[in-house]
Order: sequence, then C-alpha cells, then structure tokens
Amino acid sequence: MTGPAEPPRIDPDVDLRVPGDRGELTAHPAAVLGAVSAGGLLGALARAGLQAAFPHPPDGFPWATFGVNLSGCLLIGVLMAVLGRAGGGRPLARPFLGVGVLGGYTTFSTYAVDVHRALLAGAPATALAYLAATLVGALLAVWAGDATTDRLLWSRR
Amino acid sequence: MTALLVALGAAVGAPLRYLTDRAVQARLGSAFPWGTLTVNVAGSLLLGLVTGLPTDPAVGALVGTGFCGALTTWSTLSYETLRLARGGRRLAALLNVTASLAAGLAAATAGYALARALTG
Repeated sequence: MTGPAEPPRIDPDVDLRVPGDRGELTAHPAAVLGAVSAGGLLGALARAGLQAAFPHPPDGFPWATFGVNLSGCLLIGVLMAVLGRAGGGRPLARPFLGVGVLGGYTTFSTYAVDVHRALLAGAPATALAYLAATLVGALLAVWAGDATTDRLLWSRR
Repeated sequence: MTALLVALGAAVGAPLRYLTDRAVQARLGSAFPWGTLTVNVAGSLLLGLVTGLPTDPAVGALVGTGFCGALTTWSTLSYETLRLARGGRRLAALLNVTASLAAGLAAATAGYALARALTG
C-alpha cells in the first residue's frame, strides 16, 4: 500500500530519492558494503549449488537458473512488502537480504548467456521458450510475492 | 575450492552493483532504473566474453558464477518493473524489461563474438 508519505521507491537495491537509502553509505559505509557483500556471497553460493545439482546441456532448458530467478523474484516481492510495512525495517535488512542475498542469488548475466548458448547450439525454440518463460515468470512471481504479502499483512492489522 | 572462488567473486560483484547503481543514479536521476540496466548489460558482456574464451573452470567460477552472477540481478529488475507499472508508468515498465532483454542479449552475444575474434 502506497501512503502519501512513502517515497516513490522504484529500485529495491538503492533509490537515491529515499532518504534512508541516500544517507546509508556515508553514515555506515563498512557496515552497508559488508552486509551487501556477505549477503551476495551467500546468495551466489545457493545459486551455484542449485546449478551444480541440476546441470543442463547447451541446448537444454536451464531449469536451475530458471527456478533461482523466479524464486528470487517472488522473495524480493515478499521482502520489500514486509520492509515497506515495517517502515524500512532495520537499517541493514535491505542491504543484506535484498541487495545482497537476493541480488546475489538471482542472475541476469547467466540468463542472457544461456539464451545465446541455446541459439548457438541450434535450439532456437528452447532459447525463445527460456527467454519468454523467465520474463513472464519473473514478473508474475514478484507481483504474487508483493500482493500476497501485502494482503496478509493488512488482514492481520 | 570452486565454492571459495564463487564466494570471492560474489563478495565483490554484489557491492559493485550497489555502488554502480548509486553512481549512475547520482548522474541520471532515479526516475528510470538506469543503474540496474547498466550492471545487467555490463555483466552480460563480461560473461559472454568469459564464455567465449578458452578459460580455466576456476576463472568461470570466480568471474562468471561469482562476480557476474552477483553483479547482475533479476530480482531487482522485476521489482523495479512492478513499481513502475504500479505507479502508472506502464510504458517505462515495458521499456525497462524490453531494453534489459535486448541490450543484455546483445551484450552477451557481442562479448562472445569478441572472445572468438581475439582467440581466432
């Protein structure tokens, strides 16, 4: 729910129009960068573990990265709704969980390169299906995470 | 060993995304998420390059899975798009995803082609 006092956040990593975001780096540079770094490390290890557990051939559908990206989008919707309701939450919650863990867990570069690899491997149908399914799935996931969390939080008021 | 390299790359990639995003917004403003677009395109270019080079698996873990993986993001991109659409800026939302996909795919392709040209 967007109240009149809520800043118009667009970017969950950092939005310089949000006063808390704008001042956090100068106020606590080591804590903020450390939290982002530590969270990113954990998120990336979870992603790498899933990718290693479910490998795919160059012409196959990258299920692991697909699942990682969709679940990460669902979770950022949940997280930002919870933090928004809590007035931003604890100072390091967004840097650690949002910028770090979920930013490090999801990946756009592997997505782009895997689409290209499927094309190179002579599997344009797989490339197109993966391209479109991630796009549609990611947007539906973030919307579902945000809307469901918002509804649950407001019904418990 | 692989996990350590992934961790090391991500520990640098994630804060670099945050710092790049801040720097880009300081120059271009925050109405459109140019910062995320920048890291996603740059990361796709670098990963395309690494994929095209005959590199050691250790380099792939450090630079590819770790650094590029943590530098780039789908969670941030999807949330921004949701916020733009929710704020009534449907065209900006559409532009955000289409520009990310088109530029990201072009960057990955260019990086790979460059690597192939360099190695002959």
